[in-house]
Amino acid sequence: MTPQRRDGAASGRAAARRTDGAAKRGELASPLVGHQPRATVSSAKTIIRPYGDITGDGMVQLSFTLPMPADKRAEGAALQLAAKMGIDPAMVVHAKPMGDGFTFFVVYGSVNHLVDLSKVEVVERDFPLLGAKEINTLVRRGLRRKLVVVGACIGTDAHTVGIDAILNVKGIAGEKGLEYYRELRVVNMGAQVGVPDLVETARHEKADAVLVSQVVTQRDAHLQNTREMSAAFREALPADKRPLLVVGGPRFDDKMTTELGVDRIFGRGTTPREVASYLVDALVTRKKAA
Amino acid sequence: MPPAAHHPPTARRSTKLALDPGLVRRARALARKAGAPVVELARTHTTVSVERAVLRLAGVSGADSDGIPWVNRLLDAVRDDVGLGNGVALPACHAMAREGTTDLTELAQKAAAGSVRFTLPSGRDEAAARRVARRAVAAGIKRIDRRRVERERLVKRHGDPKQRPWIYLIVATGDIYEDIPQAQAAARAGADVIAVIRSTGQSLLDYVPEGATREGFAGTYATQENFRLMRAALDESSKELGRYVRLTNYASGLCMPEIATLAGMERLDMMLNDSMYGILFRDINPIRTFVDQRFSRQIHARAGIIINTGEDNYLTTADAVEAAHTVTVSQLLNEYFAHEAGLEDWQLGIGHAFEINPDLPESFRLELAHAMLARELFPDAPLKWMPPTKHMTGDVFRGNLLDGFFNLVGTLTGQGILLVGMMTEAVVTPWLSDRDIALQNVRYVLGACGGLHEDFAPAPGGFIQQRANQVLCEAIELLERIVDPDSSHQNSPALRHAAGGLLNAIADGTFGIMKRPADRGKGLDGVAKRESGYYNPASEILEEAA
Repeated sequence: MTPQRRDGAASGRAAARRTDGAAKRGELASPLVGHQPRATVSSAKTIIRPYGDITGDGMVQLSFTLPMPADKRAEGAALQLAAKMGIDPAMVVHAKPMGDGFTFFVVYGSVNHLVDLSKVEVVERDFPLLGAKEINTLVRRGLRRKLVVVGACIGTDAHTVGIDAILNVKGIAGEKGLEYYRELRVVNMGAQVGVPDLVETARHEKADAVLVSQVVTQRDAHLQNTREMSAAFREALPADKRPLLVVGGPRFDDKMTTELGVDRIFGRGTTPREVASYLVDALVTRKKAA
Repeated sequence: MPPAAHHPPTARRSTKLALDPGLVRRARALARKAGAPVVELARTHTTVSVERAVLRLAGVSGADSDGIPWVNRLLDAVRDDVGLGNGVALPACHAMAREGTTDLTELAQKAAAGSVRFTLPSGRDEAAARRVARRAVAAGIKRIDRRRVERERLVKRHGDPKQRPWIYLIVATGDIYEDIPQAQAAARAGADVIAVIRSTGQSLLDYVPEGATREGFAGTYATQENFRLMRAALDESSKELGRYVRLTNYASGLCMPEIATLAGMERLDMMLNDSMYGILFRDINPIRTFVDQRFSRQIHARAGIIINTGEDNYLTTADAVEAAHTVTVSQLLNEYFAHEAGLEDWQLGIGHAFEINPDLPESFRLELAHAMLARELFPDAPLKWMPPTKHMTGDVFRGNLLDGFFNLVGTLTGQGILLVGMMTEAVVTPWLSDRDIALQNVRYVLGACGGLHEDFAPAPGGFIQQRANQVLCEAIELLERIVDPDSSHQNSPALRHAAGGLLNAIADGTFGIMKRPADRGKGLDGVAKRESGYYNPASEILEEAA
């Protein structure tokens, strides 16, 4: 078990290091007293600072670990890091040794950066990210039947990691896969599925969407396979009967949809919820609106 | 085999919940009735992975230049010539005699080159092949026995953890050489059990990768060499820390019997080994899973390995209050299958989890009721208590509080193995500081109220007693529906499996809401009915002992 410094001692030292500026703002630790937060940002105001307990105080808290033993030098190092992050004055309110040669810090302080709201840029997803409940409700109300998804790894690709992460209940990164959604019916064909089989299964299952995963990229196999797949669907089914075609894999450029003849491309780090939200948006919400 | 020297302290047989002993007996009897047809299924079938485990016990090791293990090459060659239904042992050992070699790995290499034809021996040839096969496999089982004795000796020398529950921590970098220092650091920080999470997707590989591995997706491949390296590192830690640090891996997926075998041969101490997890969460064929399960549990029983079952997983999909009784049903089934395979109570790390929505009124009392129910139903099992995951949101402060309440239930209800919850669950793979804060949380709770269970008894007829009894009754109702085929529902008769209620219940989506029919799922093509001439020396030896 790790020897543990008493936290009281740590905060005592931190208090001693507190600068005048900080002292004027009052005790950090003083709980539950003082100011009612007022409505902070008026619509006209575009410059704001973080809020501790007084408008404009700029107070932030952060925690991090430095790879060095816990001593005076380590606390100095933590303060230096905080200063470089724009936190000045900064207070090390907690420093604790962890394992061999690591120290964990909690730092409070006033950050001197300003946030200019007029310059905030947000990359908008063109569909809303929904929860499982909302997704199920939208499908139930919008389609009045289950939304059918057929998934496969096509060509010689045997890497089912991607398709399984999206489809299996197990899911990925703490999110359940599409099988988990009650209103989705998932047919996972697995690896090395031939394009004709995929088209046939999609037709037989009356698929609303077809998900294809491609990991292997040797000689651009992922692009060729995808083109072959989308062409086969175009040939086999009229436009209004064709399922939504979605491909995913770590090496796709998500702007190549037109070139590959698919409706959507998902890249690295995509989660099942994003895919489900997209499917519902494309197949339920937009269809209804159209 | 006698119980191990490190038999964990058992909870006192308490009746804090005033459960009706007649109901408890009835629940067990129903679980037996539901499970028996599945056991029969397992006794009459074999799988490619069971047969490859036999080859591993008989000493086949290594892989070809493409990384395909020799056990796979040899089994595939045998299967092409004579099928799977007679087992691999006789045709392989017969061919060995004909080819004039005494080394099965060498035979595998020849077979892979296409120069060996396999046939089923008969008469005197068969008797000879039987003898050779039995001797070879017995050597592998002997190795597992020696490893078990070695563990017992090391536990005696270094000692068990001073407290219950044992503190269980996960490492998972993908690189075994990164995992080792992390595991050692975790042990130093207080972990009693180290679990090395497997790479995403390993459960669906129909072979076990070879050698030390440095690349994995969100986990490290389970290989014999990785097992050996990590066990050796934790042996060093055990010596340094003066307590035996246990190592856990995952006997699940398509190669469950082989991984169990490798775990036994490399002295792993605990294995995740749920009877239904692969079916429900990985869409592995139910029959494949049950056949593989039985064999892997027989190995675990022999190796003195503690299994951890996976009921926590149901609660990550289904609602933890509505589905509480399905957890109880699964626990009872896991217990039945485990006992049938020869595992003893001290080897049953029966799983359950703290997954009730914290916004629900009285959620903590419900958790307490469920955890106490598991404790009282399985008084001699070291229960595996799993932390919240589903309702961890990225609000690390609230997460730390939830984990504290989880730890409180853990100590209050005498759990055997406590998987340490991370406040950064669902955010990042745990940082050094996350683990440290999580362990501080555990230490605080165990230190502050480790003995509180002595003072704590729920009010007679109160909320907790009522809830526990309600869940038990619902579990019995569900088991009755599983056992009684006339009350079956939903699926068409064509899908109903002759082996009975449990397979049908799985097909109907009773557990964790997944529907898994017996004629579907991955790995079905690796299942065969045992022919009349089937011979499996491993099963023979393992069942003689049991």
